[in-house]
Amino acid sequence: MLNLKRVIGLAVTAALFIGMPVQANEVIKLATTTSTENSGLLKNLLPTFEAQSGYKVQVIATGTGKALKLARQGDVDVVMTHAPAAEAKFVSEGYGRLPRGIMENDFVILGPKNDPANIRSSESAEAAFAKIAKSATPFISRGDNSGTNMKELILWGKANVKPEFDGYTSVGQGMGKTLLMANELQGYTLSDRGTFVAYSGKIGLAVDFDGGQALANPYQIMLINADKYPDLNHKGAKALSDWLIGAQAQGMINNYKVQGEQLFKATYSE
Amino acid sequence: MNEGWLALTQQALSLLFSLDPEVWSIISVSFSVSFAALMITLLPSMVLGFILAFSRFRGRWLVTNLIQTLQSIPTVVIGLLVYLLLTRMGPLGDLKWLFTQKGMILGQMMICAPVLIAMSQAAFTSVDRRAWETSRTLGAPWYSAIWAVCRELKVPLLLAIIAAFSRILTEVGCSMMVGGNIAGVTRNIPTAIALETSKGDFAQAIALGLVLLVLALVLNFALGTLRGKAEPRSH
Repeated sequence: MLNLKRVIGLAVTAALFIGMPVQANEVIKLATTTSTENSGLLKNLLPTFEAQSGYKVQVIATGTGKALKLARQGDVDVVMTHAPAAEAKFVSEGYGRLPRGIMENDFVILGPKNDPANIRSSESAEAAFAKIAKSATPFISRGDNSGTNMKELILWGKANVKPEFDGYTSVGQGMGKTLLMANELQGYTLSDRGTFVAYSGKIGLAVDFDGGQALANPYQIMLINADKYPDLNHKGAKALSDWLIGAQAQGMINNYKVQGEQLFKATYSE
Repeated sequence: MNEGWLALTQQALSLLFSLDPEVWSIISVSFSVSFAALMITLLPSMVLGFILAFSRFRGRWLVTNLIQTLQSIPTVVIGLLVYLLLTRMGPLGDLKWLFTQKGMILGQMMICAPVLIAMSQAAFTSVDRRAWETSRTLGAPWYSAIWAVCRELKVPLLLAIIAAFSRILTEVGCSMMVGGNIAGVTRNIPTAIALETSKGDFAQAIALGLVLLVLALVLNFALGTLRGKAEPRSH
């Protein structure tokens, strides 16, 4: 029989050692999208911010839909996403405030190297989508309510196509997994350029269409309404937002490269 | 949380009872794939279990232990193995089974076979060998002799089948990897729950969770009744 008192004493001491909590107001919980996390951009930026400000940023990387949901529920202090329409709604409904566009990258339509639907000659992204729908080639959709998925659905709308045609394959997975599946099934898919560059060594897909305003992918950081959730770390959230629009962070965003390619373009303007 | 538990559960129940086509398609994919995998694996596994229990050959001990070990392999490892087999570069790439129901069935067969073999072997080992020998000396052909033994062992064999079925019906790792969670094709209950949770939409996840819960209860009650019937009767 163990001496219960001693065990409890030990356990309490251990708990104190392990659970030395960081001061609550020093932690900033940031909900963001998998693309900023997977591309390694945040790992590149945040240590500098943490060193300068003394805050500790905890990143929750998920799809845009869920990131905004977490922010709505007051589960995080600040949110950075890439779905303009959903973000506008988030702000207009009184949950978000001070939306700031900090950077953008772009979407690309990937497909088999031989381009079976012949979309390279298309004049616009929606024309390319219409061609894919008419061809017998599968289209692999993320189908997970992410920013990329929302963008894809907007493009189908513009192309006047119901995404229910024969080759339409909705997989409910993150960007990386979706790219691997598109490669296996040799179909088309919409991807952010960053994840595609990161995966380009693993897959045999090519950029069959890119460019144009329709495929621009702007990122915004938004604070959360203090009236709704007074107990969040609003000071930390504001500090992070201010730092990201500063000259140093904007320069770091422009200089961040993966495999020699610049992934994000800093876009903040007063 | 601005969505209470009650509201969510209400939404979940209405999804189920309004016969929401999406939810029921997911349920039917789950059941048809797992049922097919079970049916294909059932007979060969039972025969193997029988052979392992009744015959003496060199290496029997090794095979028995191997199958016992395979029972506890995580399903994601089986998923990985099947994925590598079926991928375009893999040895079975020409079948084009990756991200199809056929691929899922193959994976689930590999998951449920060891459970069926090991549990049926245990059942056959427990039976009195004389039942088998008697019917053989009376001139019964081997298959009807096996049938006689199986009738004797109704409950433990059913237990094996139910254990195997519930293992493949609820596994998420292999289905996600090999099936790819394609809406309306390879999206089954566990992968749908994983997806809806990652989207932050809980109503459908709860609805599907309820289906699994009810199924578990029904199966357990059925087993309980079976066991009760199989209790040795006093003469």
